[in-house]
Amino acid sequence: MGMTMTQKILAAHAGADRVAAGQLILASLDRILGNDITAPVAVRAFSGMGTPAVSDPEKIVLVMDHFVPNKDIKAAEQCCICRDFSREQGIRHFYDAGRAGIEHALLPEQGLVTAGDVVIGADSHTCTYGALGAFSTGIGSTDMAFGMASGKGWFRVPSAVRFHLTGSLRRFVSGKDVILHIIGKIGVEGARYRSMEFDGDGVSALSVSDRLCIANMAIEAGAKNGIFPVDEQTLAYLSAHGAAEPRIFKADADAQYDAEYEIDLSEIGPTVAFPHLPENTKTFSEIGNIPVQQVVIGSCTNGRLEDLRAAAEILKGRHCAESLRVIVIPATQQTYLDAMDEGLLRIFVESGAVVSAPTCGPCLGGHMGVLAAGERAVATTNRNFVGRMGHPESEVYLASPAVAAASAVTGRITSPEEVMA
Amino acid sequence: MKYEGNIIRYGDNVDTDVIIPARYLNTSDERELAAHCMEDLDPAFRSRVRKGDILIAGQNFGCGSSREHAPIAIKASGISLVIAKSFARIFYRTAINIGLAIIECPEAAEAVSDGDRVEADLDRGVIRDLTTGQEFRTEPFPPFIQQIISAGGLVRAFSEGKI
Repeated sequence: MGMTMTQKILAAHAGADRVAAGQLILASLDRILGNDITAPVAVRAFSGMGTPAVSDPEKIVLVMDHFVPNKDIKAAEQCCICRDFSREQGIRHFYDAGRAGIEHALLPEQGLVTAGDVVIGADSHTCTYGALGAFSTGIGSTDMAFGMASGKGWFRVPSAVRFHLTGSLRRFVSGKDVILHIIGKIGVEGARYRSMEFDGDGVSALSVSDRLCIANMAIEAGAKNGIFPVDEQTLAYLSAHGAAEPRIFKADADAQYDAEYEIDLSEIGPTVAFPHLPENTKTFSEIGNIPVQQVVIGSCTNGRLEDLRAAAEILKGRHCAESLRVIVIPATQQTYLDAMDEGLLRIFVESGAVVSAPTCGPCLGGHMGVLAAGERAVATTNRNFVGRMGHPESEVYLASPAVAAASAVTGRITSPEEVMA
Repeated sequence: MKYEGNIIRYGDNVDTDVIIPARYLNTSDERELAAHCMEDLDPAFRSRVRKGDILIAGQNFGCGSSREHAPIAIKASGISLVIAKSFARIFYRTAINIGLAIIECPEAAEAVSDGDRVEADLDRGVIRDLTTGQEFRTEPFPPFIQQIISAGGLVRAFSEGKI
Protein backbone atom coordinates (compact mmCIF):
# COMPACT_ATOMS: atom_id res chain seq x y z
CA MET A 1 0.00 0.00 0.00
CA GLY A 2 1.34 3.42 -0.94
CA MET A 3 1.91 6.41 1.31
CA THR A 4 0.32 9.84 1.32
CA MET A 5 2.48 12.95 0.92
CA THR A 6 2.32 13.57 4.68
CA GLN A 7 3.31 9.98 5.47
CA LYS A 8 6.32 10.23 3.17
CA ILE A 9 7.60 13.38 4.87
CA LEU A 10 7.11 11.80 8.31
CA ALA A 11 8.84 8.58 7.26
CA ALA A 12 11.87 10.53 6.02
CA HIS A 13 12.07 12.40 9.34
CA ALA A 14 11.69 9.23 11.39
CA GLY A 15 14.51 7.48 9.48
CA ALA A 16 12.06 4.86 8.21
CA ASP A 17 11.47 3.56 4.70
CA ARG A 18 7.78 3.59 5.30
CA VAL A 19 5.21 4.44 7.94
CA ALA A 20 1.54 3.53 8.17
CA ALA A 21 -1.49 5.37 9.52
CA GLY A 22 -1.85 4.90 13.26
CA GLN A 23 1.84 4.19 13.86
CA LEU A 24 3.55 6.17 16.64
CA ILE A 25 6.87 7.66 15.53
CA LEU A 26 9.59 9.92 16.90
CA ALA A 27 10.54 12.37 14.14
CA SER A 28 13.30 14.96 13.86
CA LEU A 29 12.05 18.54 13.61
CA ASP A 30 13.19 21.30 11.26
CA ARG A 31 11.46 24.17 13.06
CA ILE A 32 9.91 24.64 16.49
CA LEU A 33 7.69 27.69 16.79
CA GLY A 34 6.16 29.55 19.72
CA ASN A 35 4.51 32.91 20.36
CA ASP A 36 4.08 35.36 23.24
CA ILE A 37 1.15 33.37 24.70
CA THR A 38 2.39 29.80 24.33
CA ALA A 39 6.18 30.16 24.57
CA PRO A 40 6.23 31.34 28.22
CA VAL A 41 4.41 28.14 29.21
CA ALA A 42 6.94 26.16 27.14
CA VAL A 43 9.87 27.98 28.77
CA ARG A 44 8.53 26.97 32.20
CA ALA A 45 8.09 23.37 31.05
CA PHE A 46 11.59 23.39 29.51
CA SER A 47 13.15 24.58 32.77
CA GLY A 48 11.49 21.63 34.55
CA MET A 49 12.98 19.10 32.14
CA GLY A 50 16.48 19.36 33.62
CA THR A 51 18.18 20.10 30.28
CA PRO A 52 20.19 23.33 30.53
CA ALA A 53 20.47 24.12 26.79
CA VAL A 54 18.14 23.73 23.83
CA SER A 55 19.25 21.10 21.33
CA ASP A 56 19.60 23.50 18.39
CA PRO A 57 18.80 27.22 18.76
CA GLU A 58 18.72 27.62 14.94
CA LYS A 59 15.58 25.46 14.76
CA ILE A 60 13.64 27.57 17.24
CA VAL A 61 11.52 30.53 16.15
CA LEU A 62 9.81 32.80 18.68
CA VAL A 63 7.39 35.43 17.38
CA MET A 64 5.82 38.08 19.56
CA ASP A 65 2.50 38.60 17.78
CA HIS A 66 -0.64 37.95 19.81
CA PHE A 67 -0.74 40.79 22.33
CA VAL A 68 1.85 43.10 20.76
CA PRO A 69 2.58 45.95 20.92
CA ASN A 70 1.94 44.84 24.52
CA LYS A 71 -1.61 45.53 25.56
CA ASP A 72 -1.05 45.46 29.31
CA ILE A 73 1.52 44.77 32.00
CA LYS A 74 0.94 41.03 32.16
CA ALA A 75 1.28 40.68 28.39
CA ALA A 76 4.50 42.70 28.52
CA GLU A 77 5.86 40.35 31.17
CA GLN A 78 5.08 37.32 28.98
CA CYS A 79 7.21 38.89 26.22
CA CYS A 80 10.03 39.51 28.72
CA ILE A 81 10.14 35.77 29.47
CA CYS A 82 10.55 35.04 25.73
CA ARG A 83 13.13 37.80 25.26
CA ASP A 84 15.26 36.58 28.20
CA PHE A 85 15.02 32.95 27.09
CA SER A 86 16.09 33.84 23.53
CA ARG A 87 19.12 35.71 24.86
CA GLU A 88 20.12 32.93 27.27
CA GLN A 89 19.73 30.21 24.67
CA GLY A 90 21.18 32.08 21.69
CA ILE A 91 17.94 31.93 19.70
CA ARG A 92 18.54 34.09 16.64
CA HIS A 93 15.04 33.78 15.20
CA PHE A 94 13.39 35.88 17.89
CA TYR A 95 10.99 38.37 16.33
CA ASP A 96 9.88 41.28 18.46
CA ALA A 97 7.47 44.09 17.62
CA GLY A 98 9.00 46.16 14.82
CA ARG A 99 10.84 43.21 13.29
CA ALA A 100 7.96 40.84 13.33
CA GLY A 101 4.46 40.20 12.22
CA ILE A 102 1.94 37.43 12.57
CA GLU A 103 3.92 34.21 12.85
CA HIS A 104 2.29 32.21 10.04
CA ALA A 105 2.68 35.07 7.57
CA LEU A 106 6.19 35.80 8.83
CA LEU A 107 7.83 32.36 8.59
CA PRO A 108 7.10 31.80 4.87
CA GLU A 109 7.99 35.42 4.09
CA GLN A 110 11.34 35.11 5.90
CA GLY A 111 12.12 31.82 4.13
CA LEU A 112 12.12 29.89 7.43
CA VAL A 113 10.10 26.98 6.04
CA THR A 114 10.82 24.93 2.94
CA ALA A 115 9.15 22.03 1.15
CA GLY A 116 9.67 18.70 2.90
CA ASP A 117 10.20 20.23 6.37
CA VAL A 118 8.60 18.99 9.57
CA VAL A 119 7.48 21.98 11.61
CA ILE A 120 5.71 22.06 14.97
CA GLY A 121 4.33 25.18 16.52
CA ALA A 122 2.60 25.95 19.78
CA ASP A 123 -0.15 27.63 17.82
CA SER A 124 -2.97 25.77 16.15
CA HIS A 125 -2.59 27.59 12.83
CA THR A 126 0.92 26.20 12.34
CA CYS A 127 -0.72 23.97 9.73
CA THR A 128 -0.37 26.95 7.33
CA TYR A 129 3.01 25.79 5.96
CA GLY A 130 1.47 22.76 4.28
CA ALA A 131 0.85 25.24 1.45
CA LEU A 132 4.60 25.06 0.76
CA GLY A 133 4.75 21.27 0.78
CA ALA A 134 5.89 20.96 4.41
CA PHE A 135 4.36 18.85 7.17
CA SER A 136 3.42 21.36 9.84
CA THR A 137 1.09 21.03 12.78
CA GLY A 138 -0.02 22.76 15.94
CA ILE A 139 0.98 21.26 19.27
CA GLY A 140 0.94 22.42 22.90
CA SER A 141 3.53 24.24 24.95
CA THR A 142 4.83 21.06 26.62
CA ASP A 143 5.37 19.48 23.19
CA MET A 144 7.23 22.65 22.22
CA ALA A 145 9.44 22.33 25.31
CA PHE A 146 10.20 18.69 24.48
CA GLY A 147 10.98 19.75 20.88
CA MET A 148 13.37 22.46 22.10
CA ALA A 149 15.10 20.04 24.48
CA SER A 150 15.42 17.11 22.07
CA GLY A 151 14.93 18.42 18.53
CA LYS A 152 12.28 15.73 18.16
CA GLY A 153 8.56 15.26 18.44
CA TRP A 154 6.28 12.25 18.72
CA PHE A 155 3.46 11.83 16.24
CA ARG A 156 0.75 9.39 15.45
CA VAL A 157 0.96 8.97 11.68
CA PRO A 158 -2.30 10.35 10.28
CA SER A 159 -4.54 8.87 7.65
CA ALA A 160 -5.75 11.35 5.05
CA VAL A 161 -8.73 12.89 3.33
CA ARG A 162 -8.12 13.81 -0.30
CA PHE A 163 -9.47 16.93 -1.99
CA HIS A 164 -9.15 16.72 -5.74
CA LEU A 165 -9.37 20.27 -7.08
CA THR A 166 -10.42 21.13 -10.63
CA GLY A 167 -11.26 24.34 -12.48
CA SER A 168 -10.29 27.84 -11.41
CA LEU A 169 -11.72 30.54 -9.16
CA ARG A 170 -14.29 33.08 -10.31
CA ARG A 171 -13.65 36.79 -9.89
CA PHE A 172 -13.97 37.95 -6.24
CA VAL A 173 -13.60 34.36 -5.02
CA SER A 174 -10.45 33.43 -3.11
CA GLY A 175 -8.79 30.68 -1.11
CA LYS A 176 -10.84 31.77 1.91
CA ASP A 177 -14.08 30.93 0.12
CA VAL A 178 -12.62 27.56 -0.88
CA ILE A 179 -11.69 26.55 2.66
CA LEU A 180 -14.97 27.86 4.13
CA HIS A 181 -16.83 25.91 1.44
CA ILE A 182 -14.90 22.74 2.34
CA ILE A 183 -15.42 23.16 6.11
CA GLY A 184 -19.12 23.76 5.46
CA LYS A 185 -19.18 20.52 3.52
CA ILE A 186 -17.25 18.24 5.91
CA GLY A 187 -17.82 19.96 9.28
CA VAL A 188 -15.53 21.12 12.08
CA GLU A 189 -14.43 17.60 12.83
CA GLY A 190 -14.67 16.31 9.27
CA ALA A 191 -10.90 15.76 9.09
CA ARG A 192 -10.23 15.29 12.82
CA TYR A 193 -6.78 13.72 13.42
CA ARG A 194 -6.24 13.38 9.64
CA SER A 195 -4.29 15.10 6.89
CA MET A 196 -6.16 17.14 4.33
CA GLU A 197 -4.26 16.47 1.12
CA PHE A 198 -5.04 18.70 -1.86
CA ASP A 199 -4.23 17.78 -5.43
CA GLY A 200 -5.52 18.00 -9.00
CA ASP A 201 -5.28 20.48 -11.87
CA GLY A 202 -7.04 23.13 -9.78
CA VAL A 203 -3.99 23.51 -7.53
CA SER A 204 -2.04 25.34 -10.23
CA ALA A 205 -4.90 27.85 -10.54
CA LEU A 206 -4.48 28.80 -6.87
CA SER A 207 -1.85 31.36 -5.87
CA VAL A 208 0.58 30.54 -3.04
CA SER A 209 -1.32 33.11 -0.96
CA ASP A 210 -4.60 31.24 -1.56
CA ARG A 211 -2.92 27.94 -0.64
CA LEU A 212 -1.53 29.44 2.59
CA CYS A 213 -5.05 30.58 3.49
CA ILE A 214 -6.54 27.15 2.74
CA ALA A 215 -3.90 25.19 4.68
CA ASN A 216 -4.16 27.70 7.55
CA MET A 217 -7.76 26.71 8.24
CA ALA A 218 -7.26 22.93 8.01
CA ILE A 219 -7.37 22.95 11.81
CA GLU A 220 -10.90 24.37 11.61
CA ALA A 221 -11.95 21.03 10.09
CA GLY A 222 -10.12 19.29 12.95
CA ALA A 223 -7.21 18.26 10.71
CA LYS A 224 -3.70 17.52 11.89
CA ASN A 225 -2.32 19.21 8.79
CA GLY A 226 -3.27 20.42 5.34
CA ILE A 227 -0.82 19.93 2.50
CA PHE A 228 -0.37 20.91 -1.16
CA PRO A 229 1.87 19.32 -3.78
CA VAL A 230 4.99 21.28 -4.74
CA ASP A 231 4.77 22.91 -8.17
CA GLU A 232 6.50 25.68 -10.13
CA GLN A 233 4.69 28.36 -8.12
CA THR A 234 5.86 26.83 -4.82
CA LEU A 235 9.45 26.62 -6.02
CA ALA A 236 9.39 30.21 -7.27
CA TYR A 237 7.98 31.38 -3.93
CA LEU A 238 10.57 29.46 -1.88
CA SER A 239 13.40 30.76 -4.02
CA ALA A 240 12.16 34.37 -3.90
CA HIS A 241 12.03 34.20 -0.09
CA GLY A 242 15.44 32.60 0.34
CA ALA A 243 14.15 29.33 1.80
CA ALA A 244 16.43 26.30 2.15
CA GLU A 245 16.70 23.76 -0.67
CA PRO A 246 13.28 22.12 -1.04
CA ARG A 247 12.81 18.37 -0.66
CA ILE A 248 9.92 17.30 -2.82
CA PHE A 249 7.68 14.46 -1.68
CA LYS A 250 4.74 13.18 -3.71
CA ALA A 251 1.87 10.96 -2.66
CA ASP A 252 2.06 7.47 -4.14
CA ALA A 253 -0.46 6.74 -6.88
CA ASP A 254 -1.86 3.91 -4.71
CA ALA A 255 -1.95 5.93 -1.47
CA GLN A 256 -5.03 5.18 0.64
CA TYR A 257 -7.48 7.89 1.68
CA ASP A 258 -10.28 7.66 4.26
CA ALA A 259 -12.45 9.80 1.99
CA GLU A 260 -12.11 11.65 -1.31
CA TYR A 261 -13.86 14.82 -2.44
CA GLU A 262 -14.04 16.41 -5.87
CA ILE A 263 -14.03 20.20 -5.62
CA ASP A 264 -14.71 22.26 -8.76
CA LEU A 265 -13.25 25.66 -7.89
CA SER A 266 -15.37 27.41 -10.53
CA GLU A 267 -18.55 26.39 -8.68
CA ILE A 268 -17.58 28.13 -5.43
CA GLY A 269 -19.06 31.54 -4.71
CA PRO A 270 -18.33 34.09 -1.97
CA THR A 271 -18.95 32.21 1.28
CA VAL A 272 -19.55 33.37 4.86
CA ALA A 273 -19.37 31.30 8.07
CA PHE A 274 -22.05 32.35 10.55
CA PRO A 275 -21.69 32.24 14.34
CA HIS A 276 -20.55 30.24 16.22
CA LEU A 277 -18.76 27.59 14.19
CA PRO A 278 -16.70 27.78 10.97
CA GLU A 279 -18.92 25.02 9.51
CA ASN A 280 -22.03 27.25 9.55
CA THR A 281 -21.43 28.45 6.00
CA LYS A 282 -23.84 30.25 3.71
CA THR A 283 -23.60 31.75 0.25
CA PHE A 284 -25.22 35.03 -0.69
CA SER A 285 -28.50 33.56 -1.93
CA GLU A 286 -29.10 32.50 1.71
CA ILE A 287 -27.86 35.69 3.39
CA GLY A 288 -30.39 38.41 4.14
CA ASN A 289 -29.86 41.85 5.62
CA ILE A 290 -27.32 41.48 8.45
CA PRO A 291 -25.96 44.82 9.70
CA VAL A 292 -22.47 44.73 11.21
CA GLN A 293 -20.66 47.17 13.48
CA GLN A 294 -17.07 46.16 12.73
CA VAL A 295 -14.98 44.81 9.88
CA VAL A 296 -11.55 43.27 10.45
CA ILE A 297 -9.23 42.64 7.50
CA GLY A 298 -6.03 40.85 8.52
CA SER A 299 -4.81 37.80 10.55
CA CYS A 300 -2.63 34.79 9.76
CA THR A 301 -5.44 33.65 7.46
CA ASN A 302 -5.87 36.80 5.37
CA GLY A 303 -3.32 39.50 6.22
CA ARG A 304 -0.98 39.04 3.25
CA LEU A 305 -0.38 41.57 0.48
CA GLU A 306 -2.75 39.77 -1.92
CA ASP A 307 -5.51 40.02 0.70
CA LEU A 308 -4.93 43.74 1.17
CA ARG A 309 -4.97 44.24 -2.60
CA ALA A 310 -8.33 42.47 -2.84
CA ALA A 311 -9.80 44.69 -0.13
CA ALA A 312 -8.26 47.86 -1.57
CA GLU A 313 -9.68 47.16 -5.02
CA ILE A 314 -13.15 47.42 -3.49
CA LEU A 315 -12.48 50.26 -1.04
CA LYS A 316 -10.69 52.48 -3.59
CA GLY A 317 -12.69 55.65 -4.07
CA ARG A 318 -15.42 54.42 -1.71
CA HIS A 319 -16.20 55.22 1.90
CA CYS A 320 -16.77 52.83 4.76
CA ALA A 321 -20.32 53.07 6.10
CA GLU A 322 -20.64 55.45 9.04
CA SER A 323 -22.36 52.79 11.10
CA LEU A 324 -19.19 50.71 11.52
CA ARG A 325 -15.48 50.64 12.30
CA VAL A 326 -13.07 49.06 9.82
CA ILE A 327 -9.69 47.78 10.99
CA VAL A 328 -7.03 46.75 8.49
CA ILE A 329 -3.97 44.87 9.80
CA PRO A 330 -1.08 44.07 7.46
CA ALA A 331 0.28 40.74 8.72
CA THR A 332 3.98 41.62 8.75
CA GLN A 333 6.31 44.61 8.65
CA GLN A 334 7.21 43.70 5.05
CA THR A 335 3.53 43.48 4.09
CA TYR A 336 3.02 46.88 5.71
CA LEU A 337 5.85 48.37 3.64
CA ASP A 338 4.68 46.74 0.42
CA ALA A 339 1.12 47.94 1.03
CA MET A 340 2.47 51.42 1.66
CA ASP A 341 4.53 51.37 -1.55
CA GLU A 342 1.52 50.23 -3.57
CA GLY A 343 -0.65 52.99 -2.10
CA LEU A 344 -3.00 50.52 -0.41
CA LEU A 345 -2.66 52.06 3.05
CA ARG A 346 -3.72 55.44 1.67
CA ILE A 347 -6.79 53.84 0.11
CA PHE A 348 -7.72 52.28 3.46
CA VAL A 349 -7.21 55.43 5.50
CA GLU A 350 -9.04 57.60 2.95
CA SER A 351 -11.97 55.19 3.02
CA GLY A 352 -12.26 55.64 6.78
CA ALA A 353 -10.45 52.53 8.00
CA VAL A 354 -7.97 52.23 10.86
CA VAL A 355 -4.63 50.74 9.77
CA SER A 356 -2.91 48.89 12.61
CA ALA A 357 0.59 47.60 13.16
CA PRO A 358 0.94 43.83 12.63
CA THR A 359 -0.73 41.88 15.46
CA CYS A 360 -3.13 38.97 16.01
CA GLY A 361 -5.02 41.45 18.26
CA PRO A 362 -8.74 41.34 17.47
CA CYS A 363 -8.83 37.82 15.96
CA LEU A 364 -8.79 36.33 19.45
CA GLY A 365 -10.40 39.26 21.25
CA GLY A 366 -7.05 40.41 22.60
CA HIS A 367 -6.95 44.07 21.66
CA MET A 368 -7.18 46.45 18.66
CA GLY A 369 -10.86 45.89 17.99
CA VAL A 370 -12.67 44.02 20.77
CA LEU A 371 -16.46 43.75 20.39
CA ALA A 372 -19.14 44.89 22.86
CA ALA A 373 -22.23 42.85 23.80
CA GLY A 374 -24.63 42.57 20.87
CA GLU A 375 -22.13 43.71 18.24
CA ARG A 376 -21.41 41.85 15.02
CA ALA A 377 -18.22 41.75 12.99
CA VAL A 378 -17.33 40.51 9.55
CA ALA A 379 -13.75 39.30 9.85
CA THR A 380 -11.22 37.69 7.54
CA THR A 381 -9.99 35.72 10.57
CA ASN A 382 -10.42 32.00 11.19
CA ARG A 383 -12.68 31.39 14.22
CA ASN A 384 -16.14 32.57 15.16
CA PHE A 385 -16.57 30.79 18.48
CA VAL A 386 -18.59 32.36 21.31
CA GLY A 387 -16.63 35.32 22.68
CA ARG A 388 -13.81 34.93 20.17
CA MET A 389 -13.56 38.66 19.38
CA GLY A 390 -14.76 40.01 22.69
CA HIS A 391 -18.02 39.88 24.63
CA PRO A 392 -19.64 36.43 24.77
CA GLU A 393 -22.79 38.00 23.31
CA SER A 394 -20.96 39.38 20.27
CA GLU A 395 -20.88 37.63 16.89
CA VAL A 396 -18.19 36.98 14.28
CA TYR A 397 -18.92 36.21 10.61
CA LEU A 398 -15.92 34.76 8.76
CA ALA A 399 -15.36 35.84 5.17
CA SER A 400 -12.80 36.72 2.51
CA PRO A 401 -11.10 40.14 2.25
CA ALA A 402 -13.35 40.98 -0.72
CA VAL A 403 -16.54 40.22 1.23
CA ALA A 404 -15.20 42.10 4.26
CA ALA A 405 -14.40 45.17 2.15
CA ALA A 406 -17.78 45.08 0.40
CA SER A 407 -19.48 44.81 3.80
CA ALA A 408 -17.43 47.78 5.02
CA VAL A 409 -18.92 49.89 2.23
CA THR A 410 -22.56 48.97 2.86
CA GLY A 411 -22.57 48.33 6.63
CA ARG A 412 -24.12 44.88 6.19
CA ILE A 413 -22.79 41.51 5.04
CA THR A 414 -22.40 42.08 1.32
CA SER A 415 -21.08 40.25 -1.71
CA PRO A 416 -18.31 42.01 -3.62
CA GLU A 417 -20.32 41.28 -6.77
CA GLU A 418 -23.02 43.68 -5.50
CA VAL A 419 -20.65 46.57 -4.72
CA MET A 420 -18.57 46.14 -7.89
CA ALA A 421 -21.53 45.54 -10.20
CA MET B 1 -5.86 5.35 37.95
CA LYS B 2 -9.25 5.63 39.61
CA TYR B 3 -11.52 8.64 39.72
CA GLU B 4 -14.84 9.31 41.42
CA GLY B 5 -16.85 12.49 41.24
CA ASN B 6 -20.04 14.27 40.29
CA ILE B 7 -20.78 14.90 36.63
CA ILE B 8 -20.84 18.34 35.02
CA ARG B 9 -22.22 17.93 31.51
CA TYR B 10 -21.77 19.99 28.33
CA GLY B 11 -22.54 19.46 24.61
CA ASP B 12 -20.60 19.13 21.35
CA ASN B 13 -17.69 21.29 20.10
CA VAL B 14 -16.73 22.87 23.43
CA ASP B 15 -13.89 25.05 22.14
CA THR B 16 -10.78 26.37 23.86
CA ASP B 17 -12.06 29.95 23.60
CA VAL B 18 -14.94 29.16 25.96
CA ILE B 19 -12.79 26.91 28.17
CA ILE B 20 -10.47 29.87 28.76
CA PRO B 21 -11.18 33.09 26.82
CA ALA B 22 -8.13 34.74 25.21
CA ARG B 23 -8.67 37.90 27.23
CA TYR B 24 -7.21 35.97 30.18
CA LEU B 25 -4.21 34.58 28.30
CA ASN B 26 -1.95 37.39 29.44
CA THR B 27 -1.05 35.07 32.33
CA SER B 28 -0.16 31.41 32.68
CA ASP B 29 -0.88 31.31 36.43
CA GLU B 30 -3.09 28.28 36.94
CA ARG B 31 -5.17 29.80 39.76
CA GLU B 32 -5.95 32.89 37.67
CA LEU B 33 -6.84 30.70 34.69
CA ALA B 34 -9.08 28.48 36.85
CA ALA B 35 -10.92 31.57 38.08
CA HIS B 36 -12.19 32.14 34.50
CA CYS B 37 -12.59 28.54 33.33
CA MET B 38 -15.76 27.95 31.24
CA GLU B 39 -16.80 31.55 31.89
CA ASP B 40 -18.27 32.19 28.42
CA LEU B 41 -20.08 28.84 28.23
CA ASP B 42 -21.37 28.45 31.78
CA PRO B 43 -20.82 31.34 34.20
CA ALA B 44 -22.07 29.08 37.05
CA PHE B 45 -19.23 26.57 36.53
CA ARG B 46 -16.88 28.26 38.98
CA SER B 47 -19.32 28.26 41.86
CA ARG B 48 -20.51 24.76 41.10
CA VAL B 49 -17.32 22.78 40.50
CA ARG B 50 -15.96 20.69 43.41
CA LYS B 51 -12.60 18.99 43.63
CA GLY B 52 -12.78 15.61 41.93
CA ASP B 53 -15.76 16.44 39.69
CA ILE B 54 -15.84 14.80 36.25
CA LEU B 55 -16.62 16.74 33.04
CA ILE B 56 -18.59 14.92 30.38
CA ALA B 57 -19.11 16.30 26.89
CA GLY B 58 -20.05 15.45 23.31
CA GLN B 59 -17.96 15.48 20.15
CA ASN B 60 -14.77 17.40 19.39
CA PHE B 61 -14.12 18.62 22.95
CA GLY B 62 -11.30 21.19 23.07
CA CYS B 63 -11.44 22.23 19.41
CA GLY B 64 -9.74 25.43 18.31
CA SER B 65 -6.60 26.97 19.71
CA SER B 66 -3.53 25.06 20.92
CA ARG B 67 -3.49 26.99 24.20
CA GLU B 68 -2.29 24.64 26.93
CA HIS B 69 -3.96 27.11 29.27
CA ALA B 70 -7.24 25.27 28.49
CA PRO B 71 -6.42 21.89 30.09
CA ILE B 72 -4.43 23.74 32.79
CA ALA B 73 -7.55 25.78 33.69
CA ILE B 74 -9.74 22.67 33.78
CA LYS B 75 -7.29 20.75 35.96
CA ALA B 76 -6.72 23.70 38.31
CA SER B 77 -10.50 24.04 38.69
CA GLY B 78 -10.49 20.68 40.43
CA ILE B 79 -11.82 18.54 37.57
CA SER B 80 -10.26 15.08 37.88
CA LEU B 81 -11.28 13.58 34.53
CA VAL B 82 -12.87 14.61 31.22
CA ILE B 83 -14.97 12.05 29.37
CA ALA B 84 -16.13 12.94 25.83
CA LYS B 85 -17.45 11.32 22.67
CA SER B 86 -14.31 12.63 20.96
CA PHE B 87 -11.52 15.14 21.56
CA ALA B 88 -9.87 17.62 19.21
CA ARG B 89 -6.35 16.36 18.60
CA ILE B 90 -4.24 19.22 20.01
CA PHE B 91 -6.32 19.25 23.20
CA TYR B 92 -5.86 15.49 23.50
CA ARG B 93 -2.07 15.94 23.48
CA THR B 94 -1.98 18.98 25.74
CA ALA B 95 -4.26 17.38 28.35
CA ILE B 96 -2.13 14.25 28.60
CA ASN B 97 1.08 16.29 28.56
CA ILE B 98 0.00 18.35 31.59
CA GLY B 99 -1.43 15.34 33.42
CA LEU B 100 -5.17 15.94 33.00
CA ALA B 101 -6.88 12.56 32.65
CA ILE B 102 -9.15 12.33 29.60
CA ILE B 103 -10.93 9.43 27.97
CA GLU B 104 -13.08 8.94 24.89
CA CYS B 105 -16.25 6.98 25.63
CA PRO B 106 -19.19 7.80 23.33
CA GLU B 107 -21.58 5.49 25.20
CA ALA B 108 -20.94 7.11 28.59
CA ALA B 109 -21.02 10.57 27.04
CA GLU B 110 -24.46 9.75 25.65
CA ALA B 111 -25.99 8.11 28.73
CA VAL B 112 -24.63 9.83 31.83
CA SER B 113 -26.65 12.76 33.21
CA ASP B 114 -25.59 16.02 34.78
CA GLY B 115 -25.19 15.55 38.54
CA ASP B 116 -24.75 11.75 38.42
CA ARG B 117 -22.04 10.20 40.59
CA VAL B 118 -19.52 8.39 38.39
CA GLU B 119 -16.55 6.12 39.08
CA ALA B 120 -13.88 5.50 36.42
CA ASP B 121 -11.00 3.02 36.43
CA LEU B 122 -8.89 3.94 33.42
CA ASP B 123 -6.33 1.16 33.92
CA ARG B 124 -9.08 -1.43 33.54
CA GLY B 125 -11.11 0.68 31.12
CA VAL B 126 -14.35 0.73 33.13
CA ILE B 127 -16.67 3.68 33.75
CA ARG B 128 -19.58 3.14 36.16
CA ASP B 129 -22.54 5.48 36.72
CA LEU B 130 -23.16 4.98 40.44
CA THR B 131 -26.46 6.87 40.23
CA THR B 132 -28.03 4.66 37.54
CA GLY B 133 -25.88 1.53 37.87
CA GLN B 134 -24.92 1.59 34.17
CA GLU B 135 -21.45 0.41 33.21
CA PHE B 136 -19.36 1.37 30.17
CA ARG B 137 -16.16 -0.02 28.66
CA THR B 138 -13.28 2.04 27.27
CA GLU B 139 -9.89 1.30 25.78
CA PRO B 140 -7.39 1.20 28.67
CA PHE B 141 -4.52 3.71 28.35
CA PRO B 142 -1.20 2.24 27.22
CA PRO B 143 1.36 2.12 30.08
CA PHE B 144 3.40 5.14 28.91
CA ILE B 145 0.33 7.38 28.92
CA GLN B 146 -0.57 6.07 32.41
CA GLN B 147 2.99 6.97 33.49
CA ILE B 148 2.67 10.53 32.15
CA ILE B 149 -0.67 11.15 33.83
CA SER B 150 0.28 9.59 37.16
CA ALA B 151 3.51 11.62 37.23
CA GLY B 152 1.44 14.79 36.80
CA GLY B 153 2.48 15.43 33.21
CA LEU B 154 5.18 14.91 30.57
CA VAL B 155 7.70 17.28 32.18
CA ARG B 156 7.76 15.48 35.50
CA ALA B 157 7.62 12.05 33.85
CA PHE B 158 10.62 13.06 31.69
CA SER B 159 12.66 14.59 34.54
CA GLU B 160 11.93 11.59 36.78
CA GLY B 161 13.13 9.25 34.05
CA LYS B 162 9.75 7.56 33.71
CA ILE B 163 9.57 8.12 29.96
